[in-house]
Amino acid sequence: MNKVVSKQHFSENVVSLEIEAPRIAKARKAGHFVMVRTDEKGERIPLTISSADTAKGTITLVIQKVGVTSRKLTALEPGEFIHDMVGPLGQATHVENFGTVLACGGGVGVAPLLPIVEALKKAGNRVVSVIAARSKDLIILEDQIRAYSDEVVIMTDDGSYGQKGLVTEGMEQIIQREKIDQSVIIGPGIMMKFASMTTKKHNIPTIVSLNTIMVDGTGMCGACRVSVGGKTRFVCVDGPEFDAHEVDFDEMLMRLNGYKNEEKEADDAYNCQVDKK
Amino acid sequence: MTNITDYLKEERSAAWREELRKAKKNKERTDLTRVKMPEAPARERARSYVEVNSGLTPEQAINEASRCIDCANPTCISGCPVGINIPKFIKNIERGEFLDAARTLKETNALPAVCGRVCPQEKQCEASCFYQVKMNREPVAIGYLERFAADFEQSGGEISIPEVAAANGTKVAVVGSGPAGLAFAGDMAKFGYDVHILEALHEIGGVLKYGIPEFRLPNGVVDVEIESLRKMGVQFETNFIVGKTATIQELREEGFKGFFVGSGAGLPRFMNIPGENLVGILSSNEYLTRVNLMGASTQGMDTPVMRGKNVVVIGGGNTAMDSVRTALRLGADKATIIYRRSLEEMPARVEEVKHAQEEGVEFLTLNNPVEYIGDDKGRVKQIRVQKMELGEPDQSGRRSPVPVEGSEYIIDADTVVVSVGVSPNPLIPQSLPDLKVSRWGTLVVDEETFQTSIPDVFAGGDIVRGGATVILAMGDGRKAAASMHQYLQGQ
Ligand SMILES: Cc1cc2nc3c(=O)[nH]c(=O)nc-3n(C[C@H](O)[C@H](O)[C@H](O)COP(=O)(O)OP(=O)(O)OC[C@H]3O[C@@H](n4cnc5c(N)ncnc54)[C@H](O)[C@@H]3O)c2cc1C
Ligand SMILES: Cc1cc2nc3c(=O)[nH]c(=O)nc-3n(C[C@H](O)[C@H](O)[C@H](O)COP(=O)(O)OP(=O)(O)OC[C@H]3O[C@@H](n4cnc5c(N)ncnc54)[C@H](O)[C@@H]3O)c2cc1C
Ligand code: SF4
Ligand code: SF4
Ligand code: FES
Repeated sequence: MNKVVSKQHFSENVVSLEIEAPRIAKARKAGHFVMVRTDEKGERIPLTISSADTAKGTITLVIQKVGVTSRKLTALEPGEFIHDMVGPLGQATHVENFGTVLACGGGVGVAPLLPIVEALKKAGNRVVSVIAARSKDLIILEDQIRAYSDEVVIMTDDGSYGQKGLVTEGMEQIIQREKIDQSVIIGPGIMMKFASMTTKKHNIPTIVSLNTIMVDGTGMCGACRVSVGGKTRFVCVDGPEFDAHEVDFDEMLMRLNGYKNEEKEADDAYNCQVDKK
Repeated sequence: MTNITDYLKEERSAAWREELRKAKKNKERTDLTRVKMPEAPARERARSYVEVNSGLTPEQAINEASRCIDCANPTCISGCPVGINIPKFIKNIERGEFLDAARTLKETNALPAVCGRVCPQEKQCEASCFYQVKMNREPVAIGYLERFAADFEQSGGEISIPEVAAANGTKVAVVGSGPAGLAFAGDMAKFGYDVHILEALHEIGGVLKYGIPEFRLPNGVVDVEIESLRKMGVQFETNFIVGKTATIQELREEGFKGFFVGSGAGLPRFMNIPGENLVGILSSNEYLTRVNLMGASTQGMDTPVMRGKNVVVIGGGNTAMDSVRTALRLGADKATIIYRRSLEEMPARVEEVKHAQEEGVEFLTLNNPVEYIGDDKGRVKQIRVQKMELGEPDQSGRRSPVPVEGSEYIIDADTVVVSVGVSPNPLIPQSLPDLKVSRWGTLVVDEETFQTSIPDVFAGGDIVRGGATVILAMGDGRKAAASMHQYLQGQ
């Protein structure tokens, strides 16, 4: 059982929770994630550790409501408990001084991007960040990203904030302007696919952090498998970060939809339950 | 070994055993036929999670126990990896002392209710029974009787909690809560150690919980055993991955003096054939974990599972049988096993194959998938299958399958469960670079002491053997406990 100690709303659908987990706070590095089960009936879902406070023994998760589990989590209030949390999982981000890094975050992908941007900045890189979302109220963690970036470009689909346009347009502007040594891209699958095509075109080494479906998160089930460079890899133990230009995004997107019907049923059932209350 | 022979002799010469032997002529005993295990009807059980075998009645058990002729040289014992005093427990059943029978089992087996259900008896104890070996008759139903005695003890609420030595204040950690870890923990608690089991998942029990289904091994049976360990003072911490949540070195700094690694062989293997990553193709670990650990088949649970109508399972082991029978229980109209050798070579327990057949599972033996074909949404719809024939015996003594050229054909499937074996869990070796590992990824240990290349780290079960059995894992745990005890005493 892990206690929620504080909560912050970034937007209607995105919430940050600070949670007691002293061992995980101490052991985690940028790029790590945890598996969380909200209650005895809940499923296990992966969430990136966005930041940690070793003195307080807490970690922070940023969660976007998409289905049943993420909604149960975002509904938790300080003082309440998460039934199970295990971690830190996955391989930590490889951090070094590359020179100039282009960091791109789409939607809630900005949350896992934050610890990486922080680590890259601390390693001496010049960091240019592009954060993108459908509209202004979906832009999250802007101040925190600014704190560790030399420059931040904001893109919204509808132009309600920053520049109007897709993340790839913001990336192109920067790539045209200066030499980029390394790129990091985290966001929805489809965004990562197109953003990776952009850096590939310009021969910029790129890593992506994949968000496949997971069950155990410890290498036991293979639900999270993806093809990278023609080989099957498990995102939870071999990743979640991979060479963007080797990832078979089409296969990954297809697999993400594997449980669409079942998820929809669960969501409808949850709605009924909430409506009754 | 002489002391064990002496012990068996002495036990056998107990007055009550002599009397029982005289009570019936051997001829009368051998004339009896082997008991049939009462089972839930195949049609009903294939759609529910009730336990298939319902257990012997006391009359059936006593009758079956009287078949055993209490051999002077009980060969059955050498067939049991933990050397249970089989005639002693069976004769206790015959004379109606069921609790004594259970106590006899617990002298060497920490989880008799589990082993009675899942041991491959036909390859172990029962294969070495006098009836089988000397008379070519059906062996005494040792497994059924073991289960009977253990269940009797569990249901009476009179679980004998083994005596525990005075606390010696030494902390030891167990990595993983499968049968190896549980057996190790039980013995170390008896020796007086402060035992902490650290488990990666949110449940205790390892494969007994997340792998073997409810219809074969109800979770309640395992929970009783876990509860007795708790009463003996063993502490459990779930959601703790040794090597990630904390390293062995950090645990040493926290005062742990010895480590037992029972982290199992939990990694699924795939065949790496085209189309294997299509939607609807999953490992048996994923399939069984969703159902058994996450309760996906129960109303009100959040975790989903694919409920295919036409499910094909690849493989011939216990895991494959559990998966294919789970498919039926999830509502499949058709459930098929594809196995590359013949029925005789199947590594699964004979009883599981029989039960699967009764429940309507189809067996495509001497066949092997070579490619999966998907629809436009990326979901599997067909399998390209190749026929096989048996060639020369391989290292394991089984005849190896050889593909038949030009024999490929296509079958339909909407869900495929790949159950072609498991690999050792790499988490511990990854976090302990000095640990000696074989080229298969298993931990290298001293055969007698189960000590690894790092003196305070011992290991046993599937992480040492690759995929093996519950009873072997348990036996390892117990031997490792004895030698770690010696090692720590010497410190
Ligand atoms: C390593 C890793 C790190 C992650 N970090 C974060 C994080 O920091 N914050 C965060 O909000 N989310 C993160 N995710 C995604 C998160 O795990 C999913 O949003 C969550 O599992 C959805 O569960 P649910 O029950 O709420 O929704 P479900 O009912 O399972 O799904 C609802 C909808 O979301 C889609 N979906 C399901 N799983 C995913 C997924 N993994 N990625 C994208 N879409 C999905 C489904 O197709 C469906 O349309 C991460 C995923 C991974 C693998
Ligand atoms: C579906 C299925 C059916 C089977 N049927 C039979 C049968 O009928 N009869 C039979 O004899 N055998 C059967 N087996 C095999 C048998 O279950 C195994 O041989 C046995 O469970 C091995 O025990 P173990 O203790 O070594 O490991 P496991 O039971 O695998 O337990 C290992 C535990 O360690 C945990 N762990 C791993 N790494 C870490 C870490 N770093 N930190 C903390 N915890 C960790 C895992 O989560 C797991 O709980 C079956 C196996 C499967 C999968
Ligand atoms: S533990 Fe297994 S092998 Fe040993 S007697 Fe019992 S059923 Fe037979
Ligand atoms: S070998 Fe068979 S008959 Fe003989 S003691 Fe063992 S179980 Fe009884
Ligand atoms: S989530 Fe199960 S193997 Fe990765």
